[in-house]
Amino acid sequence: MAYPQAAQPQPVSPPSVKVILTSAELARVVDRIAHQILEKTQGAAGTVLLGIPTRGAPLARRLAARINAFEGIDIPVGVLDITLYRDDLRRHAVRAIGPTQVPPEGVDGKRVILVDDVLFSGRTVRAALDALSDLGRPSSVQLAVLVDRGHRELPIRADYVGKNIPTALAESVRVTLAETDGADEVRLIGGAA
Amino acid sequence: MLKHLLSGADLDADTATLILDTAAEMATVAGREVKKLPALRGRTVVNLFYEDSTRTRISFEAAAKRLSADVINFSAKGSSVSKGESLKDTALTLQAMGADAVVVRHPASGAPHRLANWVEGSVLNAGDGTHEHPTQALLDAYTMRARLGRIAGLSVAVVGDVLHSRVARSNVLLLATLGAKVTLVGPPTLIPVDIGTALAPGTEVSYDLDAVLPTSDVVMMLRVQRERMADSYFPSAREYARRYGLDGPRMARLPDHAIVMHPGPMNRGMEIAPEVADSSRSTIVEQVANGVSVRMAVLYLLLGGMK
Repeated sequence: MAYPQAAQPQPVSPPSVKVILTSAELARVVDRIAHQILEKTQGAAGTVLLGIPTRGAPLARRLAARINAFEGIDIPVGVLDITLYRDDLRRHAVRAIGPTQVPPEGVDGKRVILVDDVLFSGRTVRAALDALSDLGRPSSVQLAVLVDRGHRELPIRADYVGKNIPTALAESVRVTLAETDGADEVRLIGGAA
Repeated sequence: MLKHLLSGADLDADTATLILDTAAEMATVAGREVKKLPALRGRTVVNLFYEDSTRTRISFEAAAKRLSADVINFSAKGSSVSKGESLKDTALTLQAMGADAVVVRHPASGAPHRLANWVEGSVLNAGDGTHEHPTQALLDAYTMRARLGRIAGLSVAVVGDVLHSRVARSNVLLLATLGAKVTLVGPPTLIPVDIGTALAPGTEVSYDLDAVLPTSDVVMMLRVQRERMADSYFPSAREYARRYGLDGPRMARLPDHAIVMHPGPMNRGMEIAPEVADSSRSTIVEQVANGVSVRMAVLYLLLGGMK
């Protein structure tokens, strides 16, 4: 007597991983954004870079270092923690807050460029704008991101974009940086294999 | 994270350190143009005070307001309590008004623990009887870390009326968790037998302040509760000041880096001489400022996330 075989469970295929930016490409992208900042701000006078943790903070320092290498000017760099300004605080367990470091020059009357790794829904940037307005009154605010992956939920756009990556909502973009993760890379994870 | 903060023993080393780190970030808000954060918008904090208090109540109120919470102050005087309402009925009233947190000070030891069983929100003990005052211990630990750079390994002398002091109890518990060595100093009548081993093993007891001072990194003077003097715990105020008061010559016996703390309100000339209270070693004013930052951190960590 032959019994029908029970269906073998299909092995779950690991999510596909695609490298979007290698270490060398990422360095070139940072260089380009640094040049664009210099161009668009006519030499970056009166400009302050504020990185949004976690990975916006080292990116802001890198941009400032490249601008210094190109033009020999020092741009003040700071860190803007947005935890307490998030709109989803109550949907998660309580989050530890990180440091906010405002350069001694402050932000009043300055052109502030917010720096983050990935621009997605835009909610992080909205929180950053709220946090910034509690620190002072910048003359203008711009946004620089390494990757724009689309799917905005708020009317927010970036002034400087390292790379536009069309993504599906199910995919995720992982940015790793030497300072925080040991190596520079941008990967697209998930979606169709 | 915890739901309530009732005792210094509720905190393990990681949680206590998280609170102190969060408080350090909260402290930067005090120097900003807009001294306000939106983290607790729409949350209601009730200050339920059955005992007189200035600094603790104002400190909790300032902390809650800086986090954008709505604050309702309730003091037993002039309320339904004077008409005979019980703690439980008052608690249920506050519950019905939608309090997300109740900050309670009560003359009965253990009242906040009872309250925590009756209300759905968080309960913060702001001092209960002669039992505990955990946010005071946290702000003291914060002050030590800010001045001396660490807590682990510090020698801390807690001097005075340990018997009636909730500040001392919470400090012994928290400092032991954070790795400091505590010595309780005072007249034998004011130090319960075996209190050290009962609260935290490793705590020492001494009846001789002068012997303890040269090896102390921190001296924490407790308030002599004048209302208890009729109970003859010591012969006279002058004798107490002579043996256990911190004056200039005694302060000179301390190591150069040592700091002098006091939870306030102080009796100048009794447990602490004016020249000590106003010296650069004294952290008394810093303790008040740090209290707001520490209470902001506690309120945020208790109420900031998902219910």
